[in-house]
Amino acid sequence: MAKQSNEPVLWALFSAGGVFAAFVIPVHLFLIGLAFPLGWIPAPGYEYLHALVRLPLARLYVFALCFLALFHWAHRFRYTLYDGLQIKHLNELIFFCCYGGAILGTVWAGYLLWNFR
Amino acid sequence: MTETRQHARYTEYHPRWYRSRVSTWWWLSRWPYLKFILREISSVFVAWFVVVLLLQIRALSRGSEAYAAFERWLQNPLIVLLNMITLFFVVFHTVTWFNVAPRAMAIRFRGKRVPDFWIVGANYAAWAAVSLVLTWFLVRS
Repeated sequence: MAKQSNEPVLWALFSAGGVFAAFVIPVHLFLIGLAFPLGWIPAPGYEYLHALVRLPLARLYVFALCFLALFHWAHRFRYTLYDGLQIKHLNELIFFCCYGGAILGTVWAGYLLWNFR
Repeated sequence: MTETRQHARYTEYHPRWYRSRVSTWWWLSRWPYLKFILREISSVFVAWFVVVLLLQIRALSRGSEAYAAFERWLQNPLIVLLNMITLFFVVFHTVTWFNVAPRAMAIRFRGKRVPDFWIVGANYAAWAAVSLVLTWFLVRS
């Protein structure tokens, strides 16, 4: 029997992350990275944002976004390095660095959101 | 002479096929190749956004002073520049993602394949709606 590949799972995470990122990241980034810091739009206050992130649903949303977007990055960046740089002898290292990074980031997100006070 | 013959070695592996070496910079030679690499690189900026988002969550959790420091950090010109580049790449990701959506979702309606135009259009409409809803949640003065 052929060895089971985990590639379909990784691809599904890449794809789900790609859809999620495509829909929500541009507006989030525009607001948090440009519109609020540059004063184009008044930034929401600390109290409001804190109360918003206290909601379990909001935290679930942030966690899902971080988890899927990071696995999207891991998959895509891995293949960019494979194809772009053609360093075959480092492929295993690239694999572990990409998914290791995504796992670390997901754990960090879980830790921050679980312990959010 | 004799020594050479005694130590003649035969490789048990198949000889390697001839393959011309491809430059590391192959993707700079043509616009479609470069576009492909830019599209793939957009994932790095997606990851950068996650880092910013998590730093915001951490600052919110640590209190109003930490959050004020986080807001000042976002005003650093270098971070603003990086976020401008990031915005370009995440929008590039969205556009390229939607444009291949018809290939990924072959939807049929009354036995006919829905034209690509409608699938792409529906994605853009949903993108606008999602952006509006998120703006409604986040913009409070």
